[in-house]
Amino acid sequence: MRFIFKTKYDQDISVTRHGGDRFWYSLLIIGMLFMPLLIDDFYLGEISYICILAIAGIGLMILSGYTGLASLGHAAFLGIGAYTHAFLLTHGIPFILSIPIVIIVSFLVGAIIGIPILRLSGMYLAIATLALCFIAEHVFIRWEHFTGGNRGLAVPYEEIFGISLTNSAVFYYLCLFFLIISMFAAINILRSPTGRAFVAIRDSEIAAQSLGVNLGIYKALSFAISGAFTGLAGALLAHYIGYLAPDIFNIFLSLTLLLLIVVGGMGSLHGTIFGAIFVGFLPQLIAICRDYLPSSIGSQPGLEPMLFGMILVLFILYEPLGIYGRWIKIKLFFEMFPTYKKQTFKKQKVFNKTDRV
Amino acid sequence: MQLIQLIIDGVASGCIYGLVALGFVLIYKATETINFAQGDILMLGAFVAFSLIGVLGLNYIVGFALTVIIIAAFGFLLDATVIRQIIGQPPFATVMLTIGLGFIFRGFASIFWGTDIYSFSTPFSGKILQTSGLVISYVNLSIIIGTAILMIILFSFFTFTKIGVAMRASSENQLAAYYVGIPVKFIFSLIWSISAGVAAVAGVLLAPITLVDTSISLIGLKAFAAAVLGGFGSIPGAIVGGIIIGIVEQLCGTYENYIFEGVREISAYLVLILTLIIYPRGLFSDKAEVKKV
Repeated sequence: MRFIFKTKYDQDISVTRHGGDRFWYSLLIIGMLFMPLLIDDFYLGEISYICILAIAGIGLMILSGYTGLASLGHAAFLGIGAYTHAFLLTHGIPFILSIPIVIIVSFLVGAIIGIPILRLSGMYLAIATLALCFIAEHVFIRWEHFTGGNRGLAVPYEEIFGISLTNSAVFYYLCLFFLIISMFAAINILRSPTGRAFVAIRDSEIAAQSLGVNLGIYKALSFAISGAFTGLAGALLAHYIGYLAPDIFNIFLSLTLLLLIVVGGMGSLHGTIFGAIFVGFLPQLIAICRDYLPSSIGSQPGLEPMLFGMILVLFILYEPLGIYGRWIKIKLFFEMFPTYKKQTFKKQKVFNKTDRV
Repeated sequence: MQLIQLIIDGVASGCIYGLVALGFVLIYKATETINFAQGDILMLGAFVAFSLIGVLGLNYIVGFALTVIIIAAFGFLLDATVIRQIIGQPPFATVMLTIGLGFIFRGFASIFWGTDIYSFSTPFSGKILQTSGLVISYVNLSIIIGTAILMIILFSFFTFTKIGVAMRASSENQLAAYYVGIPVKFIFSLIWSISAGVAAVAGVLLAPITLVDTSISLIGLKAFAAAVLGGFGSIPGAIVGGIIIGIVEQLCGTYENYIFEGVREISAYLVLILTLIIYPRGLFSDKAEVKKV
């Protein structure tokens, strides 16, 4: 077990906790930089996709994991990001300019949608965002001038500094770059007064309110920030997919994002990475499972949603803190070695917080 | 006359939304959890009815009754084994849990029954009642009458039977109900079983119209609009909300040209969002005021 004696104010300000963290995270980033040399194009594409998922996951994690607001409609933000990006690119705006515009647009849309919707709480919010997801999908179908409707919209081939994005290594570096930037942004937002206010709202709205947090403004802000991250992920997703059709951004994608943060671990940014890796490799995992099952079951199309649901249910019931929570437990077990107590992580009985007044 | 015709069709499909919404409301009133898998339970009901009536060839009434009993027992077990473990967790966990369960049911149905579209014969299919320019199909009539009968049964159950009163007591105040000797856990499981049974009734009544396949579980999502419009804690509200949604949907479908194209598919969700923004209490809420920021 490492005890940290803080002797300088800089230690409080720095992003990492101690030298060990700095060492391992630098090693991870260096390892990721050398990835294109080690693996082939297919897996590089998969990892780019995982990076995109992780960026979207960061967005949803800020909203659900840190502010405690459930959203079943985040596919809408992915869609907004993707379509705005594709629309701007087809109208001749360069990539470098398009990305900031996408982020601003999704931020504003998040704020505009957030202000009326966030007057609701708990279940009502989940239902409202669910409805939002369907309405957004419908808008993508009907607003043909902007989205191309059911015919779809081709994402133009784009170059940055003269290098084509179709090169998988270039695209991988681009996704990795945005993931690292997003991660730093998220870490710093969550350490700032804004982020502390989010966590306070999650833990007790009444307590937060008595400490002077304006619930309406901060909830809308959380929705907007979350939308901005997800919109960025959407823009990258547009390049990954190459051809946008409205039915990509359906309710299933929203639920996949929720699965990502639940499996990764609610309320931790590490969790988004773990969750993204899990969700990214889930189709391969299911393909492997199919091989081991008898062919009468293995070849069924219903297997995928069933496994999806089962994983969700098992995680909610048995490991609500997700993969990251399990990792913390394992780490603590070795740190404390013979004296580890299971009770450290025992779920406390909580009273059902009621929505009724 | 066309308007009356549309309204009757709307009422019939609205009754289905109302029945599903009723399932949400019963569970929400008692346990403050929302069952996102309600539509999937409806789908299971329709599939079980297909197996009993269409495959095994049972009489329609017998098959109907058996389906409701099977699904109700399933609902009871579902609460007793899975849902109960989550009580006391934040609402987010229950939302995710029921969504996950919904996926499992849908996956199970498509593995067990396949992805084909089924239908089974009912005493009502194909017959039409024609009076003074109105055309009412027996299927729609069966839905409206079935809903009415179910409402009367549920109303008398909650008003006159001891166990019904115990249910109302435990949804008013769990702790107080426990103190006066009501077996609250058992009551909760019973409420889940009633709610599943109601969904099964809706599923069987709906089967002649939409036919039986896994996509009918999407009705559960539209029924949220009905439940919210009716005020989430009110049983008559759920039915009235459902009927309003049904009528709105019919009208939007017919007068699509005057509004905008494709409004029918999202009209329920638009009503839902507007209700939540403008009047989140809903039409019939008793004391269940929605908490606002």
